[in-house]
Amino acid sequence: MEFFRIKKDIPFMRHALKFNIISLVTFLLAVAFLLTKGLHLSVEFTGGTLIEVNYAQAADLEKIRGALGKSGFSDFSVQNFGSSQDVMIRLPLKGDQNTSQLGAAVMQSLEADAPGAQLRRVEFVGPQVGKELAENGAMALLLVVIGIVIYLAFRFEWRFSVSAIIANLHDVVIILGFFAFFQWEFSLSVLAAVLAVLGYSVNESVVVFDRVRETFKKSRGLTTPQVLDHAITSTISRTIITHGSTQLMVLSMLIFGGETLHYFAMALTIGICFGIYSSVLVASPLVMWLGVSREQFAPKPKKVVEGANEDGAVV
Amino acid sequence: MNRYPLWKYIVVAIALVMGFIYTLPNFFGESPAVQVSSAKATLKVDQKTLARVEETLKGAGIVHDGIQLDFNGVKTRLHDTDTQLKAKDILEKAFNPDPADPQYVVALNLLSASPSWLTALHALPMYLGLDLRGGVHFLLQVDMKGALTKRLDSMAADVRTVLRDKNLRHAGVSREGERLVVKFRDAETRDKARNAISDSQPDLVLVEQGEGGDLRLVATLKPEAQKKIGEFALKQNITTLHNRINELGVAEPVIQQQGADRIVVQLPGVQDTAKAKDILGRTATLEIRMVDDSPGALEAALAGNPPFGTEVYNERGGQPLLVKKQVVLTGDRLTDAQPGFDNQTQEPAVHLTLDSAGARIFKDITRDNVGKRMAILLIEKGKGEVVTAPVIRSEIGGGRVQISGRMTSMEANDTALLLRAGSLAAPMDIIEERTIGPSLGADNIKKGFHSTMWGFAAIAVFMILYYQMFGVVSVIALASNLLFLIALLSLLQATLTLPGIAAIALTLGMAIDANVLINERIREELRNGMPPQAAISEGYERAFGTILDSNITTLIAGLALLIFGSGPIRGFAVVHCLGILTSIFSSVVVSRALVNLIYGRQKKLTKVSIGQIWKPGINASPAAVNGQK
Repeated sequence: MEFFRIKKDIPFMRHALKFNIISLVTFLLAVAFLLTKGLHLSVEFTGGTLIEVNYAQAADLEKIRGALGKSGFSDFSVQNFGSSQDVMIRLPLKGDQNTSQLGAAVMQSLEADAPGAQLRRVEFVGPQVGKELAENGAMALLLVVIGIVIYLAFRFEWRFSVSAIIANLHDVVIILGFFAFFQWEFSLSVLAAVLAVLGYSVNESVVVFDRVRETFKKSRGLTTPQVLDHAITSTISRTIITHGSTQLMVLSMLIFGGETLHYFAMALTIGICFGIYSSVLVASPLVMWLGVSREQFAPKPKKVVEGANEDGAVV
Repeated sequence: MNRYPLWKYIVVAIALVMGFIYTLPNFFGESPAVQVSSAKATLKVDQKTLARVEETLKGAGIVHDGIQLDFNGVKTRLHDTDTQLKAKDILEKAFNPDPADPQYVVALNLLSASPSWLTALHALPMYLGLDLRGGVHFLLQVDMKGALTKRLDSMAADVRTVLRDKNLRHAGVSREGERLVVKFRDAETRDKARNAISDSQPDLVLVEQGEGGDLRLVATLKPEAQKKIGEFALKQNITTLHNRINELGVAEPVIQQQGADRIVVQLPGVQDTAKAKDILGRTATLEIRMVDDSPGALEAALAGNPPFGTEVYNERGGQPLLVKKQVVLTGDRLTDAQPGFDNQTQEPAVHLTLDSAGARIFKDITRDNVGKRMAILLIEKGKGEVVTAPVIRSEIGGGRVQISGRMTSMEANDTALLLRAGSLAAPMDIIEERTIGPSLGADNIKKGFHSTMWGFAAIAVFMILYYQMFGVVSVIALASNLLFLIALLSLLQATLTLPGIAAIALTLGMAIDANVLINERIREELRNGMPPQAAISEGYERAFGTILDSNITTLIAGLALLIFGSGPIRGFAVVHCLGILTSIFSSVVVSRALVNLIYGRQKKLTKVSIGQIWKPGINASPAAVNGQK
C-alpha cells in the first residue's frame, strides 16, 4: 500500500504568495478574535472557585441556580460538564468572601434546594497564584521560542530558524484564535498542549529543512523554488503519515478522555492540522523570501560555477 | 552490514527485561491496609510496634494478609475493606486509649498487591497524583510580615525585661510597624540602654533619634535576621502542619516547602475535606495579657478613645474588655494542653503546662498582680477573643495553668488540640485548593487508560497495514517505548497525573514519527534501486540525524514546560521529557535490533516486507529532479 504516488515534484512554491496571503488572513482573523472576544481563561488563571458535583439523575440546572442565588451567591455560572448528571459551578473571586469555606457553603445550599449532589472536585485558586501562572506560561512560551531559534540557527541557518519560528508562532496564534472565537475554556493543560504542539510542529519544519539542505548540497542546477518543491514533495508522505498517527492518538483522547482532556485534545488537533500546513506552506515560502540560496550550504564558497559539474549530482 | 554485535542485543534484551520487571507492579492493583505510624517525634515505630499490632489483631480475631514495617510505619494488609475498617477501629482503641492525646496515627491506606520479591527490587507501582486517587491539595502562603511583627513583639518583651533587670528607666517600649521604639528621658540612660540592648539582642540595629526630653532608640531587624526569621517561620509552620495533620490520621501526607514562602500540603484519600481545611486553616495562638480595670477606662475606650497601650477585646460572653497591648506570655512557652474539667466547678477546662521560662514569667506576673485580672486570649486568623479573664488570687508557680469559663467540653477539646498542635510562627492563607473525590480519580484513570489504549491500537493497525513487517517492528518498538516509560516512571516514583497520562498518549503518538521517518527512508532508497540490505542500513543512518533534530526541538519545549510549569503542567512535562528520551532509544535501537534479527542474517536478501513500493515511471521524480530544467 502506498498512498502517495507522486510523479513529479509538486510546484508548491508557484503558489507561495497565495498561501502566504491565506496565512496572513487567518492570522489576522485570529488576532482580531483574540482582541475582540478575548480568551475564556479558566479559574487557574483568573482565580476563583470551581466546584464539580454529580447527581444520580439528570441535574436540574435551574434549581441549582436558584439554590445558589437564594444562599446569596452572585456572578456564578452553572453548566453541565460532560454529561447531564455532572454539573460544574464556577464562582468568581470576591474580596470579602471566606474562600476556604466556599466549597462547603455551596454544598450546603445545594443540599437544601437541589439535594442528591455528590461532590466530585473543588478547585480554588487565589488571585496571586493565577497571575503567577499566567506569567510563568508566558515565560515558558518565550523560553521555547528562544531555545528553538538558537538551536535551529546553530543547526541550520538563521533564515531557517526565523521562518520556522514565525510559521509555528502563527500556529499558536491560530489555536488561540480558535479558543477565542468559540470561547472554549483556556486552561493550564491547554497551554501545555499549545507548547507541546509548538515543539512538535517545529520538528516538522526541521524535517523539511533537512531535505532542503540535502537537496541543495546534492543537486546543483535547480533554482531555490525547485529545491524547496523537491524537499516538500519527498517528505510529504512522511508528513501526512506521522501527523495522521499522532492525530489518531489525539482523536482517541478526544473521544475517550472525557471532559478534562477535551480542550487539551482539541488544542492538539488544531495544532497538528495547522502544523502540517504551516511548516510546509508557510515556513518554506518564508525561507524563500528571506533569500536562501545554494551558496549558504556549499562547503567552500570558492569555484561555484552554475551547472559546471551537473552529472556529478546523484541522489 | 545489518548485524549488531552481541553486546548490543544483550543491552536491548536487558533493557526490555528491566522495563518489564519495573512495569509489572502496576498490574497487580492495590489491597486495603491499615497503617500505624508515630504521631510524635520522640516515639519510634519498630519491631515491637509490629508485634503489638499483630497481637492486637490476633486478640480481636482479625485475619490479615501480612504485616510489614517500613519508614512510614507498620502496614497491615487486609482482605477487604470491611475488615480494614474493623481493624482500624480496633487498632485505634488499642494504640490510642486516650483519644485526646493520640500517640499513634492509625490510618487507612492502600498497599500495592504486587508480590514481595518485586517490592524487594524496589519495583513499585507508579505514584498516582491526587487527581487520580482522590484527595486534597492545598497551597498555603506564609505571611512573612506577620512572622516579623510577631518576632518584634516578643523582642519588645525581652527588651523590657533587660531594661528592668539593669534598672534602666525608660518611658515606654512599643512596636511601630516594623520597628521597635524605646523612649528615654535622658541621654545617659539611653547610652547605657543602648549597650545593654545591643548585647542582649544582636539581631537589632539601633539608631538614636530625638532630642531634649523626647529621646528615642529605634531598633530594626538586620536583613539577615529577617531572612533567618522567615526561614524559621516556614520550618516551624511545616512542623506545626505535620502535627496537625497527624491528628487527622492521613496515611501518606505530603508537606513541602515551595519557593521562599509557600507550603504545599497534599492529603491523598482524605474525604472529609471540610475538617482538613478547618484544622489546617486555623492559626490559633495563645496570649496572656493583663486587663486594665481602672475606672472609666473601658467607657473611654468604647467611646473610641482607648487609654495608651490598651485595646478592646470581646469576651466569650460578648462583653467588651480592655486589655493591655503588652503580651506577658505567648503560646510558644506552652509544652502541653489537655482538655479536662475544673476541680471545683466541674466546668470543662483546658489544662496548660508551661516550659521553665514561661513558668518563671507566669510566677512573677502573678506575684506582682495579686487581686488584678489577667486575660487569656485565643488569637485566630488575626482576630482575638478573650477565653477567660480570671482574677489572680495568689502567686501561681510550677507552670500549670488552667483555662476555664463558658466553654463546652467540645470547645475545650478543640482548643486543647489547637494549642497542643503548636502555634504557627506566622499566619498562613490557603491560596490554592484542589479537592478531588475518589470516584473522579478512578474515572480519570479509566479515561486516560482508554485514550492511550485505543490510540495505540489505531496506530498499530495502521502501521502494520501500511508497512507490513516493518510496521510490526515499529509497533513493537512503540510498545517497548511505552514499557520503558512506565518502568522509568515507576522507578523514579514520579507523580503520575491525568495530564501525565495524556503526555504518555501524546508521546506515543509523536514517537511513531521516528519509525515513519525510518520506514519512508528505506522505501525511498529501495525505490531508487538500492539493494534491500543497503537500503535498510542507509535508511536508518540517514533518518537518525533528522530524528535527533526533531526530538531535540520537542525536548526544548518539554524542558521549558518543566522549568516554568507548575501543577498540571509539570506532571505533563515530566512524562513528556522522559518519553522523548525513551522514544529515541526504542525507535532507533530496539527497532534496529529487531530488523537486524529478522533480515540481517540473510545474505541474499531480495525482498523486504515494507509494504508495496510504487516506482514511478522512467521520467519520474528523483531522476527528473536532477536531469531536466
